[in-house]
Amino acid sequence: MRKLSWLPLAIGALVALLLPMGLSVPYHQHILVMVLVWATLGTAWNLLGGYTGQVSFGHAAFFGLGAYAAGLLVHHLQASPWWGMLLGPVVATLFALPIGLICFRLRGPYFALAMLALGEIFRLVFTNWVSFTNGARGILILASFTSKLPYYYMALAMFAASVYVVYRLVNSKWGYYFVAIREDQDAAEALGIPSTRYKMYALLPSAALTGLAGAFYMNYVAFIDPHVVFSLGDISVMVILVVMMGGAATIWGPAVGAAIYVALSEMFRAQWGAASVLLFGILVCLVIMFLPNGVIGELDTLRRFLRRLREGYAGGKKGELLRG
Amino acid sequence: MSYFEVKGVTKKFGGLTAVDNLTFTVEQGEIFGIIGPNGSGKTTLFNVINNFYPPTAGEIYFKGKRIDGLPTHEICKLGIGRTFQVVKPLRRMTVLENVMAGAFLRTASTSRARARALEVLDFCSLAHRKDVPAKALPIADRKRLEIARALATNPELLLLDETAAGLNPKETEEAMAIIQKICKAGITIIIVEHVMKVIMGISHRILAINFGREIARGTPQEIARHPEVIKAYLGEAYA
Repeated sequence: MRKLSWLPLAIGALVALLLPMGLSVPYHQHILVMVLVWATLGTAWNLLGGYTGQVSFGHAAFFGLGAYAAGLLVHHLQASPWWGMLLGPVVATLFALPIGLICFRLRGPYFALAMLALGEIFRLVFTNWVSFTNGARGILILASFTSKLPYYYMALAMFAASVYVVYRLVNSKWGYYFVAIREDQDAAEALGIPSTRYKMYALLPSAALTGLAGAFYMNYVAFIDPHVVFSLGDISVMVILVVMMGGAATIWGPAVGAAIYVALSEMFRAQWGAASVLLFGILVCLVIMFLPNGVIGELDTLRRFLRRLREGYAGGKKGELLRG
Repeated sequence: MSYFEVKGVTKKFGGLTAVDNLTFTVEQGEIFGIIGPNGSGKTTLFNVINNFYPPTAGEIYFKGKRIDGLPTHEICKLGIGRTFQVVKPLRRMTVLENVMAGAFLRTASTSRARARALEVLDFCSLAHRKDVPAKALPIADRKRLEIARALATNPELLLLDETAAGLNPKETEEAMAIIQKICKAGITIIIVEHVMKVIMGISHRILAINFGREIARGTPQEIARHPEVIKAYLGEAYA
């Protein structure tokens, strides 16, 4: 629960605003958009998984619901898919309510497993309910803009909003209660914290922001199908890895994790195809081994390590180990 | 009407009766001690009072209101705080944040919660540790943190579970001083303790239990001489 410092924040915002103008290649702009989508997803997941300690393996459910809320508006009602940016979060939140009521009866790994099953249920329902969802053929819409720039600024606004929401929440009474529940649910209850209600308070904004990202994704990519937006491996699990990589329960960790993930998968996809995910997986393993609190969570460790590298040794003073 | 009343409370885990038909009352402002050998049901009694487990039978009243069966967090809200024998620090929060998590029960304002937490830390002589992560505290300070966190919820009745266990003589003295200070501040205390020096030194009345049943009740002097208590602790030959 650290305060944000204004100067770096202002510089970061300025860079974020000017950066896409400096990049003329649409592909580079696309990468930035994807980083922002993943950063939003990670930030949303982090509220529930990082701060409140309720590890969800099913956030694809909320992502897919948001995406389909936007897509089905077009498919059935011929409305503008941008209304989905409003409807998506609402639908995701409405579904999160009963999901939370059911799954928060469980703790720890049981909660994670229940969420995993729920995410899969949504994928199967949306695949097989062809009359309503168009099934595995997916939903194709006409993209509103040909330039990437409008999408970039919308994604940036979405990410900024999610960071703002999470920052405000975790620095209030709620944030203290979230972390208390994560650290010891019994102790939290004994301090008068209604743990189930506060887990709900973490889940609902988390689901809403995830739904928002889903609705944006529909608008941006213009094509979705159940196997993409409800994917266990590519959404539910990946968002966890992104947050772990960057640093769970830190404000900027998810964004850093998202940048690393998107950059790696884009850099190596051309040569290695799907095996680029393997590289990211190995990197996550290394991070968990050496930086268990993620890149942002272990900035001090990283700085120490870099200083040692510069000074020519990496692990204590030379000969220290031998002399004991 | 008693301030706090336990009426015929029984707690069974399958075939094991951990608390067996206990009845006692606690008056406002007193320090009520509960002693008993290992496994006699003291901590289970606390866990039943704040409803980590619902009682198998019996009723519990606080200021005339029946509280058994209420959710744990509501019992705390009514004014019953507790500490844990096996301390439960919120490990990755600082000492101050731990206590603030308690203080938020009575306010939604971060600055007011911080002020209240600092006040309580001062009261418990833990203020110099406020920015230390709770996981880095030594056991004596962890025990104190338990008390501070519970006090921050503004309890009227405080359940202390083996606050002096594992402390050295000097730390024990300090813990006793804090407990007496809490009592002087007008908070009623029920204390479970193994360290005889503590329980005999500060309790106004003591309830002795063994195998979940009451074996004696009275002032510390009466309890120390009671043949059933001596039998439970030292064996038949010394009674």
